[in-house]
Amino acid sequence: MRIVFKTSHDADIRLWKHGAQLFWYLLLLAAAVALPLLLDDFMLGEATNVLVWAIAGMGLMLLVGHAGQASLGHAAWLALGAYADTLLQTRAGLPFLMSLPLAAVISGLVAALVTLPIMRLHGIYLAIATLALSVLTEDIIILAEPWTGGVSGLFAPDIEIFGINFNRYTNPDGLYWLVLAITVLITLGYANLLRAPTGRAFVAVRDSEISARAMGVHVARTKTLAFALSAAVTAVAGALMGHMAGVFNNETFNIVISIYLLMMIVIGGLGSIHGAFLGALVIGFLPQAIALLRSALAGALGIGSITIPGLETAIFGAILVAFLLFEPRGIYGRWIVIRTWFELFPFYRRDMFRRQRSYLKTERMR
Amino acid sequence: MSLLELDNVTLAFGGVKAVDRVSFAVEEGEVFALVGPNGAGKSTIFNLISRFYSPQEGDIRFDGHSILDLAPEDIADLGIARTFQNVELFEQATVLQNLLVGRHRHRRTRLWQDILFTPFVRREEVRHRIAVEKVIEFLELEPYREKYIQGLPYGVRKMVEMGRALAMEPRLILLDEPASGLSVEETQDIAFWIEDMRKLMGITVVMVEHDMNLVRDVSDRVLALADGRVLAVGTPREVQTDPRVIEAYLGPEEDVA
Repeated sequence: MRIVFKTSHDADIRLWKHGAQLFWYLLLLAAAVALPLLLDDFMLGEATNVLVWAIAGMGLMLLVGHAGQASLGHAAWLALGAYADTLLQTRAGLPFLMSLPLAAVISGLVAALVTLPIMRLHGIYLAIATLALSVLTEDIIILAEPWTGGVSGLFAPDIEIFGINFNRYTNPDGLYWLVLAITVLITLGYANLLRAPTGRAFVAVRDSEISARAMGVHVARTKTLAFALSAAVTAVAGALMGHMAGVFNNETFNIVISIYLLMMIVIGGLGSIHGAFLGALVIGFLPQAIALLRSALAGALGIGSITIPGLETAIFGAILVAFLLFEPRGIYGRWIVIRTWFELFPFYRRDMFRRQRSYLKTERMR
Repeated sequence: MSLLELDNVTLAFGGVKAVDRVSFAVEEGEVFALVGPNGAGKSTIFNLISRFYSPQEGDIRFDGHSILDLAPEDIADLGIARTFQNVELFEQATVLQNLLVGRHRHRRTRLWQDILFTPFVRREEVRHRIAVEKVIEFLELEPYREKYIQGLPYGVRKMVEMGRALAMEPRLILLDEPASGLSVEETQDIAFWIEDMRKLMGITVVMVEHDMNLVRDVSDRVLALADGRVLAVGTPREVQTDPRVIEAYLGPEEDVA
C-alpha cells in the first residue's frame, strides 16, 4: 500500500495524488493519442463515439453524481446542443469553433431558465419534471419545423476548422483527435471545478441541503449553476453527435437516450469522473459485444443468424438491474474495492466497504 | 450593545407555542447556555436564529441589526456558525472537504477561475487550507483528515461538525448539544475547547446542553426554558437553585412528597 507523505498544501491540491498516478494518466493519454495508429477506421469511429458519450456522461455526472439532482431528461440538452450548433453554422454562418461554444452557452442559459420553476422539487418529483422536459423537447422540435425541419430533420454540415475538414469517413483520425481534445479539456475543467469551492458547494448541496445553507451556500443558486453547467457540457456532446450522425430529427434524442445516459453513469459509478468514462465504454462497446456474441452463437448452433428484436435493450436493462442490486457503486466503485484488496493483501477485510446505516438526520424542513 | 438579542420572539406551530415571548441578550465574548426539558424550545430558538424558522412576533438582532429580512444562507456571512443536534455532515466527503465547505463564506474566487484553476484559486485554496489545518490541530482531528464521514464514529463526527463551524471563523457559534452521546473524557475535552474558543479565538458561544456539569463548568450565564417560556436567567448557580427551574425538571413539590 502506498502511503503519501504530504509536505505541502500543493500535494493536496494538485490533480494527481502521487507521481505514479500522474505517470499512469499520462500513459493513458499517450495511448489515447496513438489510438488511430492501432485501430481500423470502423473501430476508431466507435472509439470516437465512446468519447462523445463520455462527454455527455460527464455532463450528467456533474448534475446527478456531484450536485445530487436527478435528471431523466438529459436528451433534451443533447438535442438543444445539436440543433443550436447546426443552425448557428447553416443559418448564421458561424464557424465550428464559435458555434460549438455558443451552443453550449445557449443550452446553459436555457437550462438555468427552465430550472427556476422546478428547482424546489426533490427526488422523484424532479425526475418526473425533467422527464416531461425531454418529452416536451421532442414536441417543440416538431412544432418549430421552419427552424428544425420537423420530422424530416436537419443535415449537419461537416466540421471544418481553418479549412481542414473533419468528415467522419474521409478524415476519421482527425475527427477522433478533435473529439479527444475536447474531451480532455472538459475533463480538466471538471476536475478543476471539483477541487475548487464551486465543486465543494455542489457536494455540500448533494449531501445535506440544510447544513449547506448553514455554511452560507446558496442552495437554489448552486442547483441552478449545476443544471446550467451540466446542460452546457451535454450540449457539446449533442453537437458532436449531430455532426457524427450527419442527419438528425426529433427521434434522434428521445427519452430512451435520456435513460441510456442515466444508466451509463450508474453503471460507471456515480460521483466520479472515472465513472462517466467507464460507463461510456460499456454503452459504446456493448452493442458490438452483443453482435459478436450473436454471430458466435449462430455459428455454434449452425443457423444463419439470430435476430431478436429488443435484445440489446433487454441486456442493457438486465445489466443495470444487476448493478443496482449487487454493486450500486458502479464499475469504478468495484475497481476501488479490487485495488484496495491488492494493496492490503492479505489484510483486506470483507466489511471494509460495507455501507453503514447513517445516523439519524435532523428534520429536513422541506 | 449586545451581540445577539432576542426581543419578545414568538413562534407557534398550529396551536402549540414552541417559543413564547422569549427575550434575552448575549454579550460579546460570553458563553451562554440554554437549558430546559425536552420540547422546551431550545433547538427551535437555534433554528430561529439560523432563519430556518421565522417568528410570528418579535425581533432578532445581531450586532444591532435585525436579521429577520435575511435568508438562511446569509446568516453565515454575518459570522454566525452552528452545529446540529443530530450531526448534519456531508457524508460522502472527507473530513478535510467538510471543513473546507465551512470556508465557503470566505470564498473570493469566481466560477470561471475555478474551472481554469487559475493561480489565484490555488493561492486561495492554500489560504483556506491553512485556516482549516489550524482547526484540525485545535480539535486533534489529524488521524481522520482524509477519512470519509461515513464510517467515522459518532464522537468524531461531533468534533468534525464543530470543526466545520470553527472553520467559518465565526463571531458567534451556536452549539446544539455538543456533549450528547459523548463519553466523560470527550465531554471534558469539549469543556476545554469551549474555553479556548472564547479565550483564544474570541468567539461568543451559545449552546444548548443537557449535561449540567458541562454547563456549570463553562457557561457565564444560563437561560432556563420550559414549554417555550423563559423560567430564569442568571449564573449557573442561580438558575440551578431557582425554584421554578427545579419545578420544571422535577415536577411540583406535592408530587415529590
